[in-house]
Amino acid sequence: MQATAHIEFIVAAYGAGVVVVVALIAWVMLDYRLQRRILAELETKGISRRSARESADE
Amino acid sequence: MRISELANPSRFLRAANLAIPWLGGATAIVFAFAIYRAMLAPDDYQQGATVKIMFLHVPSAWLGMLCWGLMTIAALGTLVWRHPLADVAAKAAAPLGAAFTLLCLVTGSLWGRPEWGTYWVWDARLTSELILFLLYLGVIALWRTVEDPSRAARAVAILTLVGAIDLPIIKFSVDWWNTLHQGASVFRLGGSTIDSTILIPLLLMAAAFTLLFVTLLLAAMRNEILRRRVRTLRVLQASAAG
Repeated sequence: MQATAHIEFIVAAYGAGVVVVVALIAWVMLDYRLQRRILAELETKGISRRSARESADE
Repeated sequence: MRISELANPSRFLRAANLAIPWLGGATAIVFAFAIYRAMLAPDDYQQGATVKIMFLHVPSAWLGMLCWGLMTIAALGTLVWRHPLADVAAKAAAPLGAAFTLLCLVTGSLWGRPEWGTYWVWDARLTSELILFLLYLGVIALWRTVEDPSRAARAVAILTLVGAIDLPIIKFSVDWWNTLHQGASVFRLGGSTIDSTILIPLLLMAAAFTLLFVTLLLAAMRNEILRRRVRTLRVLQASAAG
C-alpha cells in the first residue's frame, strides 16, 4: 500500500505546517503584548508623544 | 474611509484593531472547512496519499512569492512615494514570507523523497525557490543591521526590487529549463490539469493560507507601528534625561 509506505512523509509535512503556523501566530501575539507593555511603562513614567498629548488636551 | 486615509498610522491602528479579530475568525472557519475537504480528497492514482502534501506545499509556495510581490510594491512606495506605511508593511511582511518559503522548501523536500527518490536536487525551480528564501533572510538581516528605520527601509527597498527578478524565474523555471519539478498544473492557458476532487481542496487551502497571511501581516504591521512609537518615546526619554 502506497499510502502506508509514505505516511511518515505526510505526517512530517503537516507537522512542519503546524509548527510554522503556530510559531507565526505566537510571534505576532507575544510581540504585540511586549510592545503594549513597554509603551504602557513609558507612559506611566510621563513620557508620551506630542501628537498623543495634543489629542488628550482636545 | 478611503484607503489613502489608512496611510496615517493612528488610523491604520484603529482599522487593524477592528479587522484582526474578524479576519482571525474567518481564517479559522475557512481552515476548518479546507482541512475537512482535504481529508476527504482521494489519493492520486500515481502518487497515492502523498498528493495531500500538495495542500500545504502549493499554498505556501504561492504565499512566499505573493509576499515578495507585496514587498516589491511596498519598496516602490518607500522609494517613489515615501508612503508612511510602505516600509512598515515591508518590514512586517519579510518574516512571514520567509516562513512560508521555508515551509514550501520543507514540504517540497518531504514530497520529493517518496516521489523522486531524493530530498533535494539542484534543479531550476528548487534552486530559485531557495534563492528566494535566502533573499528573505538577507532582507531580515538588513533590517536588523541598520539602526535608523528610514535608512534601513531604503536599503531594503533596493534589495527587494533587485530580488523581484527571482519571481518570474521561479514561475517560468519549469518552462525555461528541464527540471525534475513538474510544470504548471493549476493556472495554465489550457486550464487546470488537476481533477476537481483535488483542485477544490487545494484552492480552499490556498484561500485559508491567504486569509492567515493577511491577518498576520496586519498584526505584524500593528506591532511594527507600536515598536516605532516605543523607539520615539525612548529617544524622547533619553533627550529629556540628557
